[in-house]
Amino acid sequence: MTTSTVLAAAGGVSGGEEVTFWILAPLALLGAIGMVAARNAVHSALWLVLTMLCLGVFYVLQAGPFIGMVQIIVYTGAIMMLFLFVLMLVGRDASDSLIETLRGQRVAAIVLGLGFAGLVGGALYRALEGTTAVGLEAANAEGNVQGIARLLFTKYVFAFELTSALLITAAVGAMVLAHVERRKQDKIDQPSTMRARFAPGNYPGPKPGPGVFATSSSVATPARLPDGRLTERSTPDILPVRELTARETTLKGTDQ
Amino acid sequence: MTPSYLAQDPTLADFGRDPWWLVLGKIVFAFAFGLLATLLGVWFERRVVGYMQVRPGPNQVGPFGLLQTLADGLKMAFKEDILPKAADKVVYFFAPTISVICAVTALSVVPFGPMVSIFGHHTPLQVTDVPVAVLLLLACSSMGVYGIVLGGWASGSTYPLLGGLRSSAQMISYEVAMGLSIVAVFMTAGTMSTSGIVAAQGDGTQLTIFGQPIPAPGWYAILLLPSFVIFFISTVGETNRAPFDLPEAESELVAGFMTEYSSLKFALFMLSEYVAMVTMSAVTTTLFLGGWRAPWPITIWEGANSGWWPMLWFFGKVIALVFVFVWLRGTLPRLRYDQFMRFGWKVLLPINLVWILVLSGLRSIEDWDSRGKMIAVGIPAGILLIATLFWPSRRRQPKPTTQEQVDSRPYGSFPLPPMDLQVPPSPRITRVVAEREPANIATGSDSREV
Repeated sequence: MTTSTVLAAAGGVSGGEEVTFWILAPLALLGAIGMVAARNAVHSALWLVLTMLCLGVFYVLQAGPFIGMVQIIVYTGAIMMLFLFVLMLVGRDASDSLIETLRGQRVAAIVLGLGFAGLVGGALYRALEGTTAVGLEAANAEGNVQGIARLLFTKYVFAFELTSALLITAAVGAMVLAHVERRKQDKIDQPSTMRARFAPGNYPGPKPGPGVFATSSSVATPARLPDGRLTERSTPDILPVRELTARETTLKGTDQ
Repeated sequence: MTPSYLAQDPTLADFGRDPWWLVLGKIVFAFAFGLLATLLGVWFERRVVGYMQVRPGPNQVGPFGLLQTLADGLKMAFKEDILPKAADKVVYFFAPTISVICAVTALSVVPFGPMVSIFGHHTPLQVTDVPVAVLLLLACSSMGVYGIVLGGWASGSTYPLLGGLRSSAQMISYEVAMGLSIVAVFMTAGTMSTSGIVAAQGDGTQLTIFGQPIPAPGWYAILLLPSFVIFFISTVGETNRAPFDLPEAESELVAGFMTEYSSLKFALFMLSEYVAMVTMSAVTTTLFLGGWRAPWPITIWEGANSGWWPMLWFFGKVIALVFVFVWLRGTLPRLRYDQFMRFGWKVLLPINLVWILVLSGLRSIEDWDSRGKMIAVGIPAGILLIATLFWPSRRRQPKPTTQEQVDSRPYGSFPLPPMDLQVPPSPRITRVVAEREPANIATGSDSREV
């Protein structure tokens, strides 16, 4: 057990813990405010990452190293990375618009938010004032990880399994919704491609390039087949088939 | 032997009681190790790949070209630092530092050696250790990817963005396989602290062959072979090394996430890549290859696992693993992205899950008597054997011959030459055989002719 863990388990607040708290707590708050205030979605996500990292360190400080590390790995490492993935797919210029659709919404939101924070903070302060934390030493008696494991696999094993079943159901549901059933016949493999290529009615050779045997090298000029007919397969579909008139093909007289 | 050899394995209680200068010294050592490993690692990689491709590699600057990387680093520092116009300036600036910080931080929980005596202080050769040290390593590697993803996003250009996207998906996929292979280590070692895992790999059972006691290796690479293989494959994926270097695939994405980077920021990305490679090798050594413990033939010598010697074995193992990284790069072609993802999710993950199930089954019957063990192992093995033997296999239709296939073609198909066509040799071709006079130079009549 590290020194800070020992100290926290003893119930006291060490100097190092206090210093770390007063450095990281403003940072966590700054991250939370920045997350709401940032215009750019990716910046918003990054502010949230800052807050989550600070929370992870707080857990470690309060003698919960396992939950702290899991917070960093799962939330910061995996979930926020998924968020970033989606945000980047959306595009980097997708910023919020500054126009308020509801008048006075921003002011109301700020007032309500401050009021709610005051309520929660006041209630917590009143409830916990003068209370000393007990039982941490007993909880971490055989090690933090072992303590959590014992609780998870004895007292809360049913809730734990239920949660995992719920998550698996969600994952399977998402897969079923996103899955596109493709039958075996629809799959075109190499032999069937070749059979279709040499089937009657299909010319197996490459398509003639535009301008082959033609009077002009323009892409709009169709190619001529060896028998002299024009072939429309050589021109893009959006271009009309057109041959130059005799007037257009005569010399312009500019070479004299 | 002296009692100090008995207390060579550091426990968690040995950490956190060093004086400040010793802590500082250890931190500086770990940091310098990372930087030095990069300098030598780039040189090592270029020389080894050069040897594999039958060319010399860097050999001009310094002895054996050792200072080539230093020269390149200096050159990079003096290059122009370009900031693209479309870049997100703050994120663009911080992305390389995130990568480097995370790569170096992971070194702080890697045990370099056992308890040693430094200026009278009895201290373990490891910066620190916590009960969840391996989780800290995982966290560092997952945070390090932020540097790559953000660098790719902040460059404001398409190729880096694609590289960053690939990197994030790659990391999420391969970290799952990585975490699951560490689970097997946790189950066997019973601890998450790196020093504890090294200690747990120390005591293998003693085998006696021809009256000579040979300690069976306690390395988890042997005891937990599937986990080791999967873990190493995922570390290659996690460090973006070939054949999994899709985020910087130069044949598809120019240089991936670092296309727009130049000067020192580019150097930082290079640094983080090589530090991550060395760190991951060190972590693999710690978790699976016995850490700083000497392998068997050396352990005949009593003092092999005490004092400063273990650092040598540790570095030897790390260099061997780095060599494997380079070897992979020199040998394997890059995977296609969908193949890579399929490999991670459909091969590594299921194998890992089944292996953990088997391992936990074996662990839970460990205390049973031998008859119970036989039944517990025999019944599933028998069912598996019977299932594989009697698995209904679809009888394959006999394949039609070529002539049948040709005959069954519809009318008007593309004309084919007859199947038994033998082209007769052209009568115009006559075999010309050069007939040359034997040259007897030395037997001329004139002696001056030669």
